[in-house]
Amino acid sequence: MTEKGPTPLERFINGILPENPVYRQVLGMCPTLAVTNGMKAAMTMAAAVAFVLVCANILTSLIRNLLKPHLRILVFTLTIATFVTVADRIIAAYMYDMSKQLGPYIPLIIVNCIIICRCEVCASKQNVLTAATDALGQSLGFALALASIASVREILGSGSWFGIEVMPAGWPDWVVMVLPPGAFLTLGLLLGAANWIGELAARRRTTQGVA
Amino acid sequence: MSEEQQNQTEVAPAPSLEVAPGPHLHTTKLSTRRMMADVLIALVPLVVAALAVFRMGAVMQIVVCTAAALVAEYLFTAMRGKPFSLGDGSAAVTGLILALSLPGTAPWYVGAIGSFSAIGLGKVVFGGLGQNVFNPAMVGRAFVMIAFPAAVGASAYVDTSSVVEAVTRATPLTALKQEGLPTSLADLFIGSTNGSLGETSALACLIGGLYLCIRRTASWEIPAGVIAAVAVIAGLINLTDMQAHWTVAHHILGGALLFGAFFIATDPVSSPLTPKGKWIFGAGVGALVMLLRKLSGYPEGVMFAVLIMNALVPLINRWTIPVPVGGPVPEPKS
Repeated sequence: MTEKGPTPLERFINGILPENPVYRQVLGMCPTLAVTNGMKAAMTMAAAVAFVLVCANILTSLIRNLLKPHLRILVFTLTIATFVTVADRIIAAYMYDMSKQLGPYIPLIIVNCIIICRCEVCASKQNVLTAATDALGQSLGFALALASIASVREILGSGSWFGIEVMPAGWPDWVVMVLPPGAFLTLGLLLGAANWIGELAARRRTTQGVA
Repeated sequence: MSEEQQNQTEVAPAPSLEVAPGPHLHTTKLSTRRMMADVLIALVPLVVAALAVFRMGAVMQIVVCTAAALVAEYLFTAMRGKPFSLGDGSAAVTGLILALSLPGTAPWYVGAIGSFSAIGLGKVVFGGLGQNVFNPAMVGRAFVMIAFPAAVGASAYVDTSSVVEAVTRATPLTALKQEGLPTSLADLFIGSTNGSLGETSALACLIGGLYLCIRRTASWEIPAGVIAAVAVIAGLINLTDMQAHWTVAHHILGGALLFGAFFIATDPVSSPLTPKGKWIFGAGVGALVMLLRKLSGYPEGVMFAVLIMNALVPLINRWTIPVPVGGPVPEPKS
């Protein structure tokens, strides 16, 4: 049986930049806005999402021929919830402070659109290898997006990066960047910048094609 | 075909008639540049009062904010590939109003970052002058106020080591909020109190504001609505609490109320278009100012009141569309 759809490599590369979950698909806004006030929290969130996404994609791909169309979303959600519970308990057991800091946002991965989207778009239609590389690519893209937003917010808002002071001693902390308005402003401006860069690249490609 | 063309060329050219859609009335006097020049002229008394009270702090803040606003305007219009709009003076007005709304004790980067966010986040992201939903200067001030509470918050106004006498005391509204201390009306009117640069002198705000209203650069309905709403609500508060330290006159002359009513709320881009809408807008600003002064944690609320009412302007405009001559336009039958 030959499968339609992109190859594993295409899936992997697409997830990182061309179909970046945050900057291109604008999915998973809740963790993107809520936990990006510091790099540590953002990277923990990215790792938790990556774990859940890879596991859920592989399992969904394995059972894809058993799925009933009208029950598939339910099955996706249950699959995701299982792995989110695992991730939540692991973080609570080994990174207690981080678990307290992230609060409800780890359990909320269950309703993270990125994962349901990948299960629906890729894992329920393609084989295990493709689903796994797709999950890895999307996770990497999500981690990159969170890292870019969290870097801006933590460096401007606290003068540090991963908790290490990087700005000169007299740096006035931009408190607004750590607060929710800073999340919206940073996301909006970076989204605009990403669109602008994408447009420039597309324009260069078309002019090269003509010439 | 060719014969026809020949005939046409031989005919004497018709008198040139310009055809254009209405309205045909126009005046060269009413331009953005003229309006902004008017605002700058009207701000002169405020600048003089600020220089008289706050000296070097005022000089530094006004220079930094205006220069940063012009640089930001230049950079952001260049980024958008639009023709440069420095000549219309709107960026200078934004920078000057922002400077006058900040305390003279704030460090230089507060004014610079405030100006960049005012022009960038307040104006250019919406598409430039005329497209902005919120008053740019107030967006800039809100940004630095949340970003640097230690430098722009209520306690930042007081600098006990300052050589300027007014700066060593708490602002009238902070004194009222935290210690229940009244301030004399004469001080509030002349402006020998602490506060943001432009707000201290009620007299200077009135002179500049009346000039703007007489020149019709600002709509008189908006400041009238603000002051009326504040007077009514402050009057009601006084009736229920005879012991209140601040009377109606205190509430009108104190804080940034007159500065906000005449210079900030009247921004023609972010205020309603119709006369009735302007009354509603002004009254809303006044009511929110009193609400924030009495019940919020902040001593003053003009900035947030104007920003909140700015968000309602599209709705107010829709509600107050005037009925054209000859009755309402009939609904098209679908």
